[in-house]
Formats: sequence, C-alpha cells, structure tokens
Amino acid sequence: MRHLIDPLDFTREEVENLLDLADRIIADPAAYQEVARHKKLATLFYEPSTRTRLSFEAAILNLGGSVLGFPGADVSSAAKGESVADTIRVISAYADIAAMRHPKEGAPLRASRYSGIPVINAGDGGHNHPTQTLTDLMTIRRRCGRLDHLTIGLCGDLKFGRTVHSLIKSLARYEGIRFLFISPKELRVPSYIITDVVEPAGLEYQEVRSLEDSMPQLDILYMTRVQRERFFNEEDYIRLKNTYVLTEDKMKLAGPNLAVLHPLPRVNEISISVDDDPRAAYFEQAKNGVYVRMALIMTLLGLPDPKQKEGN
Amino acid sequence: MLNVDAINNGIVVDHIQAGTSLELYRLLELDKLENASIALIQNVRSNKSGKKDIIKIEGDVSALNLNILAYLDPGITVATIQDGKIVSKKRPDLPRKLVNVIRCRNPRCITSVEEECEHIFLLSSTGQYRCAYCEQAFEMKPE
Ligand SMILES: [Zn+2]
Repeated sequence: MRHLIDPLDFTREEVENLLDLADRIIADPAAYQEVARHKKLATLFYEPSTRTRLSFEAAILNLGGSVLGFPGADVSSAAKGESVADTIRVISAYADIAAMRHPKEGAPLRASRYSGIPVINAGDGGHNHPTQTLTDLMTIRRRCGRLDHLTIGLCGDLKFGRTVHSLIKSLARYEGIRFLFISPKELRVPSYIITDVVEPAGLEYQEVRSLEDSMPQLDILYMTRVQRERFFNEEDYIRLKNTYVLTEDKMKLAGPNLAVLHPLPRVNEISISVDDDPRAAYFEQAKNGVYVRMALIMTLLGLPDPKQKEGN
Repeated sequence: MLNVDAINNGIVVDHIQAGTSLELYRLLELDKLENASIALIQNVRSNKSGKKDIIKIEGDVSALNLNILAYLDPGITVATIQDGKIVSKKRPDLPRKLVNVIRCRNPRCITSVEEECEHIFLLSSTGQYRCAYCEQAFEMKPE
C-alpha cells in the first residue's frame, strides 16, 4: 500500500513519472475522464481549507470518480474524541483512497499506519503539504523544462513556511540547484534546513535581505506571505512588509524567463499589476495542482494509464 | 569498592551518572527480565566522575535493548561477562529508533492528542532524535 505523507516519500524517479503522467493528462484530459470510475475519494478535512479540498475533489471528479467527505471537525467524530487511527479504519471500509487535512502534525502518518486504503497528506499543521510541493515541482518543470541547474529564490517567511521547507527538501535532490533565501532576519530559514538538507547536498546557497538585488539572478521566484502575527512589534512589520512585496518595478529587474510562484492565497505580497506579466505562474500553478492530484490518485490506486502503451 | 557478588554470566553496566540507575531500571524494563537477578549499586566512589551508579545483571540479557543506554547517558559502558571473565567492554551504539523512551513536547504534534499513540523518535543523519510524526528534534530539558 502506497501513501503520500512526506514530500520525500517518492523517489526522484517516481516524482518524474508522476509529473510525466500529469503532462499527458494536460495534453488530453478527455482520455482520462473515466479512469477512476466507481472509485471514491474520502476528503477528511479536520480543518477548513476550501482551496485544497476543491482541488482534490476536482481531481477525482475529472477522473470519473466520486467524493465522500465530512465538512469539518466540529461536527465530525473527531469532536467526539475518536482517534485518527479509528477514523481511518472505518473510512477504509467506505472509500478507495483518502486525502487528510489535520491541524496536528503527523496525523496523516498516524492514519496511514492503520489504513486499508492509500492516504494522501493534504496538509498537517505547519508540517508537510506534499501535494503542494508536487504542484510546485510541476510548475517549475513546465516553465523551465527541468528541475536541475536552476537558481531558485525563496522570498518572505522562510521560517514558518512549510511549503518552502518541503520545496527545499525536494529540490535538494537535484544537481546544480542554487538557493537564494530572501527574508528579513526574523523570518530566516531554520538552521536545520541548511545543516541537514542544503549543505549535505553540496548545494550553493546565500541568505540575503534584498529582493531587488536578487531579481536579476533568478530562474524561479517563490513568494510567500509575511504575516503580521510573526512579528513581535508592529513597527518591524510595517518597516519590512513592503520590502518583500513583488511589484512591477521589481519585475523589471528580472530576466525574461523568470517564473513567479506562490502557493496562494496571497494577500498583498504580489501586486495585482504583476498578474498580467507572462512570468507570473501562480494561477497556472493552482491549475497544475488539479492535474498533479489526478496523476497522484491514479498512481496510488494503480490505475492504468490509457495513453501509455502496453508494456511501457 | 562494595562488591555485590561477582557476575559469572551477564553484564555490568558501569559509569552510570550517580542517582539515575533507578530511572534506567525503569527505562530498560528490567522488571520484565525473567531468569535474571539484578543488583543496583548507587553512589559508588569513582576516580573519574566522583560518584557513579552500577547495575549488575546475572543471567539471560538477550531481551534487553541496551542501545538506549547510549542515548540516555553517553558515558555508560557495558561489560559482558562469560564464565566469570570480561569478554567485552564497550559503549553501546546510539539506537536508530526510540519507542516510548522520550515524549514529543510539540503541542501541535498528533502525539499530544491521539489516544494510545506511541512516541517514536528516529535518529537523524546529524545525530539528533526527531519525532517520527512531527519531526521536531528532541532537546534535553535544561537542568
Ligand atoms: Zn511530535
């Protein structure tokens, strides 16, 4: 039984197979609209995340399957104190695959150990969000044509941003990646990411404060939100928040092949005026998220690919 | 030195930080050891560290997970005794996995709410123990 709990559960080769499948789905979605017929996805969302839930639901529906869900922890068995281990054992009898969102870190891992069906981690607290990472990788690969030999700028909240940590871990498996960590000192990337991930991979990195200075060097700019509640005082927040806002002016400093990613939702860290720039890839990224989840569901359920010839 | 029966076949766990042998007794689950007799010797005078504790176990120790000693107290040595002779004396290796030895202190971790959830820690490549669920590194509480 395969699950997807941690972004590194799949090998590099497995990730690339999955992204290849997602590319084939994009090329001919109609060929895939019946492949998961009679398959049911349970969306176990213990906290609301409409965007992620809808992305999973769109994915299974696009494959001809159906959705079982419960609306939130307040009305579910979780509120009555049922353990995650018990819940998944029951759900295993109803559905073919489950996507779990949970405020507690490690809940999907716990569930997977008791599950009779594949479990997908749809976000566990501030910890992992592997389908977001796959979406990010897919968007980078579709924009740049590769996942190696790229200069990647990660900007904003690098301390608490789980999507950032997962992306760094995944990209650290490729050769020639260079990271620019662009953040205020309050929100620097945690030191264990450097000592346990980036340095052992032998990758080049720099920690910098200025987004402007970084722009000309970048192939990818991954923006995140700088949240007010991360700062001890209001002045620091006000002083710093505009430094890490991507504007048209800053875009002028970058090369023509830059791609700007953002896990969304954004608040004000990317000006709306950047949206029409062809280098803005964040809405395309949201769309890629559905395709990558379709490919993931097919992979975990072992569904045959109608576009792949026999024996391939 | 106080001599509680020389061991014929078994082990001597030596250089235990003074006053902690009872805790080790619990963590090693020595109470569950059948076919063995155990002596806890506390506050032994030692040249190296002032005072120390010693645990002597006579009998079958194959069920023991001695590796957790390396985690609990890196100064500890384990001497193996056969037919009254020391056949080896070494520091145990750090265990790759700790189950219910230490508890995850991350309030956002599933282990903080889930019924009967084991606390599992895995040894990272940099020698830290991280919770298997939330990956938070375990840090010893300051004394
Ligand atoms: Zn934990």
